[in-house]
Amino acid sequence: MPHVILKVENLYKSYGKLAVLKGISFQVNQGETKVIIGPSGTGKSTLLNCINQLTPPDKGRIWLEEIEVTNPATDLNLIRSSIGMVFQHFNLFTHLTVLDNVRLGLVVVKKIPKDKATEISLEKLNQVGLADKINAYPAELSGGQQQRVSIARALAMNPKLILFDEPTSALDPELIGEVLNVMIKLAERGMTMVVVSHEMGFARAVANEIIFMENGVIVEEGKPDIMFHHAQNPRTREFLHKITELYGGKAE
Amino acid sequence: MSFLELAWNILPKLLAGAVVTIELTIIAITIGIVLGIPVAMARVYGNKLLYTISTFFVEIIRGTPLLTQLFILYFGLPSVGIMLSPFVAAIIGMGINSAAYQAEYFRGAIQSIKKEQLIAAYSLGMKKVQAIRHIVLPQMFRLVIPSWSNELIYLLKYSSMAYMIQAPEIMSQARLIASRNFRTFEVFIVVALIYLVLVLVLSKILDSVERRYRIPGL
Repeated sequence: MPHVILKVENLYKSYGKLAVLKGISFQVNQGETKVIIGPSGTGKSTLLNCINQLTPPDKGRIWLEEIEVTNPATDLNLIRSSIGMVFQHFNLFTHLTVLDNVRLGLVVVKKIPKDKATEISLEKLNQVGLADKINAYPAELSGGQQQRVSIARALAMNPKLILFDEPTSALDPELIGEVLNVMIKLAERGMTMVVVSHEMGFARAVANEIIFMENGVIVEEGKPDIMFHHAQNPRTREFLHKITELYGGKAE
Repeated sequence: MSFLELAWNILPKLLAGAVVTIELTIIAITIGIVLGIPVAMARVYGNKLLYTISTFFVEIIRGTPLLTQLFILYFGLPSVGIMLSPFVAAIIGMGINSAAYQAEYFRGAIQSIKKEQLIAAYSLGMKKVQAIRHIVLPQMFRLVIPSWSNELIYLLKYSSMAYMIQAPEIMSQARLIASRNFRTFEVFIVVALIYLVLVLVLSKILDSVERRYRIPGL
């Protein structure tokens, strides 16, 4: 029996009259990487934000392991501290050094003593290849470096799951590789990840499953191989064809 | 008596007045910070009631002249039985006045902090107060320095209005000296020079504070 980390059941979310999510259900097992693809405006980011309740869904239930996230009695801050989140625009704290960006959550949220927190942060920064930048400020780094800091920040919290919201779409093409490489290594180490991305090379290389979303519903989901070559739905085939043309199919 | 001789003779009295000016300014700016930050917080994060009260406060204070406020405090309050000394009336008036302006500077600084950073803080599991304490406030203080510097310099100069309610600051001293020696022109030139030196020194200090706390790369 695979260990279920995340379970999403029949999720709905509307903004006014605009229905963004219309009954989304899926689950992620421990160590799996799921890549969510789909045209822009189909609710992919909203879905990620609903998972850790940054955007509360209107209807539906979510579980992180055995804890029901959507239960009003659940301590949301505790849930959020165990779900990492990596944003399209990095969202680093501009007034803090790289080290402090990674360390802040450990000290403030997890109440870990500063020297222990420093040790953890340095280890994670080393893991993303930024051990030499710990005293730099975000604005002094390239986009790729900033995104790696934000991955280290998420990792430091020792999350059960990391959500990636288009982590490479704000990057210059030559910086995408360094971020994808870090993510590939994470996947190989068994990190559980949900990734909204159009990087088909990455999806092919590490995704256990690709989820194709359009207009607020999951159109099709399956193993990359099947999705790329034997997709059932014509929309899936069309979209994958277009996206592969645009973004290429290699990880690098 | 040459200008320099005259200046030298009146300098001790004027400097005594300048000390009062500086005291007024420091105390008033401090009151302004202590009141201004909560008012700014109420304007940004407060519920409807707090927002309304704080907005009301800011609009009333900014919508009326400092001199009128000082007159209400010093000449008006005694009619309801509250007697303030000129100095106390001056610091209360200037402090409250500055609070309204500083609240707006702080609010502007808070609102210029990118929302994404707060979202990241929440995604780490921070509570709102923790995010404000660790993300908003440290950036607010840095971002506010330039406009806050202006406020401090204005306040130093506007403290001259305390003269109108007989606070013994530099203008009062000068007025007293000039009424005795009739060298009004020279006396006020010296006063102007003292203000100028104070302002220049202050801007120099504030400049270096701003440089010291600038966020590298931004």
